[in-house]
Amino acid sequence: MALDRNEIFEKVQEALVEALGVDDDDVTEGATLVGDLGAESIDFLDIVFKLEKAFSITIPREELSPEDVLTNSDYVQDGVVTGDGIAELKRRMPWANLSEFEKNPRVQDFGNLLTVGDLVGYVGSKTE
Amino acid sequence: MRWFWIDRFTDFVSGQCAKGLKNVTMGEEVVDGFWPDFPILPSTLIIEGMAQLGGILVAEHHGFEKQVVLAKVGKASFLRPARNGDQLHYTVKLDSMQDLGATVNAVSHCDGEIQAEVDLMFAFLEQGRFTDGPLFGPGDLRTMLRMMNFFAVAVDSDGKAVEEYPALRDENP
Repeated sequence: MALDRNEIFEKVQEALVEALGVDDDDVTEGATLVGDLGAESIDFLDIVFKLEKAFSITIPREELSPEDVLTNSDYVQDGVVTGDGIAELKRRMPWANLSEFEKNPRVQDFGNLLTVGDLVGYVGSKTE
Repeated sequence: MRWFWIDRFTDFVSGQCAKGLKNVTMGEEVVDGFWPDFPILPSTLIIEGMAQLGGILVAEHHGFEKQVVLAKVGKASFLRPARNGDQLHYTVKLDSMQDLGATVNAVSHCDGEIQAEVDLMFAFLEQGRFTDGPLFGPGDLRTMLRMMNFFAVAVDSDGKAVEEYPALRDENP
């Protein structure tokens, strides 16, 4: 049976509290993983392990981290993601809110894009 | 300086579990010197020993072809100090495996009681990103495993003694 968004949020929250050592209250839907919760690159691997276990899902590397898009010259020019690149990111990550990123889509800012809400949406898309 | 924080493998089943011993002795400067007048093996070095055991468990699962490093210590609880004369029995079980790393659960027993419990996460180094060369000198890893009795106890998932690892052979042609 598919989990509802609240149930997914609670498990995601638990995973992030354990992985990042943050308080429950800090883990809100709008909190960014890097900027607000202090996640470092190695924490993402930890988060992936915890989400895979909590939801019995498999998370392929490219789904949460589309490095192949962000390093593809067809999609990036002068460090900025092109219109085609944005379209590809939206296709690959329909669960992510890219509206802020689109305003100034610098590759270097992509790492700070993901929010807790995005993760909840991603897990939801995997457990439907 | 040597950086061996287990003395011997006592059991090893590929992809499942590794067990090892750590004897705590006054002959180790760190035991005598870490806490004046109360010799103990520092908890960080118990974690390191578990990580060495776990790192081998993970690396062996990939035929020693991946460069495995301790990336993160998860939950860690220490229930009693490891004092001079104690023998710690570490058991490390493989928890999960991913393209980029692995997690293990480690327990230390002393005198039949749980002494410590630790969750560890390992990452696989990508060539050229964090390192350009091997983590071990030629033949060093195989020598270390031999000295620690690994080849005497290690079996594959079918219970058969492990065979030569090409990745270890290649490092010492």
